[in-house]
Amino acid sequence: MEKNRLSEFLIEKSLVITAIFSIIIILLIVLFILMEGFPAFEDYGFFRFLFGMNWAPSDGEFGVFAMIIGSIYVTLLSLIMAVPLSLLCAIFMAEVAPNSIRRILKPVIETLSGIPSVVYGFFGLIVLVPIIRTNFGGTGFSMFTAALILTVMVLPTIITISQDSLRAVPHEYREASFGLGATNWQTIRHVIFPAALPGIITSIILGMGRAIGETLAAIMIAGNVVQIPGSIFDPVRTLTANIALEMGYATGLHYNALFGTAIVLFLIIIILLLIANYIQHKYKVDVGGGYL
Amino acid sequence: MNSEFKGIIVIAICIILAYLFINPGASYERIDVVGSTSVQPLVEKLAENFTSSHEDIRIYVQGGGSGMGIRSTKQGLANIGMSSKELSSTEKKNLTEITIGKEGIVIAVSNQNNIKDLSIEQIKNIFNGKITNWKEVGGNDKEIHVITREEGSGTRSAFESIVMDDTKIKDSAIVQSSTESVKQSVASDPGAIGFVSFAHMNDDVKPISVDGVSPSEKTITNEEYVLQRPFIFLIKGEPSKFAKEFLSWIKSPAGTEIIKKEKIIPVK
Repeated sequence: MEKNRLSEFLIEKSLVITAIFSIIIILLIVLFILMEGFPAFEDYGFFRFLFGMNWAPSDGEFGVFAMIIGSIYVTLLSLIMAVPLSLLCAIFMAEVAPNSIRRILKPVIETLSGIPSVVYGFFGLIVLVPIIRTNFGGTGFSMFTAALILTVMVLPTIITISQDSLRAVPHEYREASFGLGATNWQTIRHVIFPAALPGIITSIILGMGRAIGETLAAIMIAGNVVQIPGSIFDPVRTLTANIALEMGYATGLHYNALFGTAIVLFLIIIILLLIANYIQHKYKVDVGGGYL
Repeated sequence: MNSEFKGIIVIAICIILAYLFINPGASYERIDVVGSTSVQPLVEKLAENFTSSHEDIRIYVQGGGSGMGIRSTKQGLANIGMSSKELSSTEKKNLTEITIGKEGIVIAVSNQNNIKDLSIEQIKNIFNGKITNWKEVGGNDKEIHVITREEGSGTRSAFESIVMDDTKIKDSAIVQSSTESVKQSVASDPGAIGFVSFAHMNDDVKPISVDGVSPSEKTITNEEYVLQRPFIFLIKGEPSKFAKEFLSWIKSPAGTEIIKKEKIIPVK
């Protein structure tokens, strides 16, 4: 008895320590980024930094606005392409596909998420960029090219998680719907999809996080030109690409400005998460006293 | 039986890790070389050859860029810093520079491009955006796509200081993060122009003669070909005995031979 209590105690405490440990690491990283980035805001001015149009470290200009727009555009464009594709795919896999097809599709999609981003980037550089150049003109390095690659990269995240949440909808719902004479599509659209919506939104949030944080593929194919794109075939530079491109060389204020860029990215992600959480909360389905 | 086997493996791993952690420092001297990614491959080759004849010394070569080389040498994190650009006077403070070689920068275009020769002035105007079509320099009617390196790159700053005078590379130039990806981009785009280091040149792209001088070991050595940059070692204060040994070995015939093999032009 005594021994049991001791081991319970030990297990509980070690779980607490692991949980605290991961939080401490995150806090340390945040603190470090803030400390390194703050001098840039102090010297250059926060709003000038945030809304400055000109990024020229050698002339002491550190405006990241074009890159904020670049990051958001690329992310949104890839989500516009990825969300319908992956949701339809998830619905097919969860509700329509026979088991034999599902057994092939699932591992294939999971493999997609295991491919390193440098491979995606290289594929984009060698294959996609020339295709875009010959078909749409310009240099081929563009927001659209990057968004295409990012679409493929976020597909597995959205598909896997939304598929799981579709399949988690209780079987009684389907039976009740069929019992009322609804067709298969009516059941999916009006019963299963709404019931799984919180999980689907979570999957989109995670996909968005992957798209906005993706660095290497963006560096290789987005063109890295600091400008607000006039069309989707113009090159852009994302916030992550900016940090990774120049971190190796940066000294002094330039170095701080790159950490400043990281803080901006951090803020954007927090804002997006808040919005997503709000939407998720709003659409939570209340069933018999519990949430789905 | 199985768990016993696992236990043995765990113990073996622990012993190996302990050995790795405790042993270093005791058996050999360590030299850290940090800096320019353009100089890095050369120094790796040099280090490999040097340590094969000096088993008591280990050399750790790390990239990160010229800026990182300057920073870590100043902070004493590295014994030797590598830079592929001339240092500004503030950067130079407290540091000794040793030039080990020089490297050509090649203006590269696609193999499908019929241009063979450009003047410095033309190259400048192409990169600053005054010339936007190949027909303006005697080529086909095709838009010029300028591909450059990221701000801070040693190759880029060398290119800027030699070619660009007081003008700037145009803002709409595509930025690629390595010599290799510049080369890939130029190779696949008939309208592209970019600059790559001489050591990385191969048949994928076509080198352009500058003012009638084509880049070669000979023209770089006698400085006829003007697009070139130094490879510099940086040292803070008095180098350690082992770093000194490494440095004098690089200047020896054996070291010079390896520098030459890497298509870098050694400096006496």
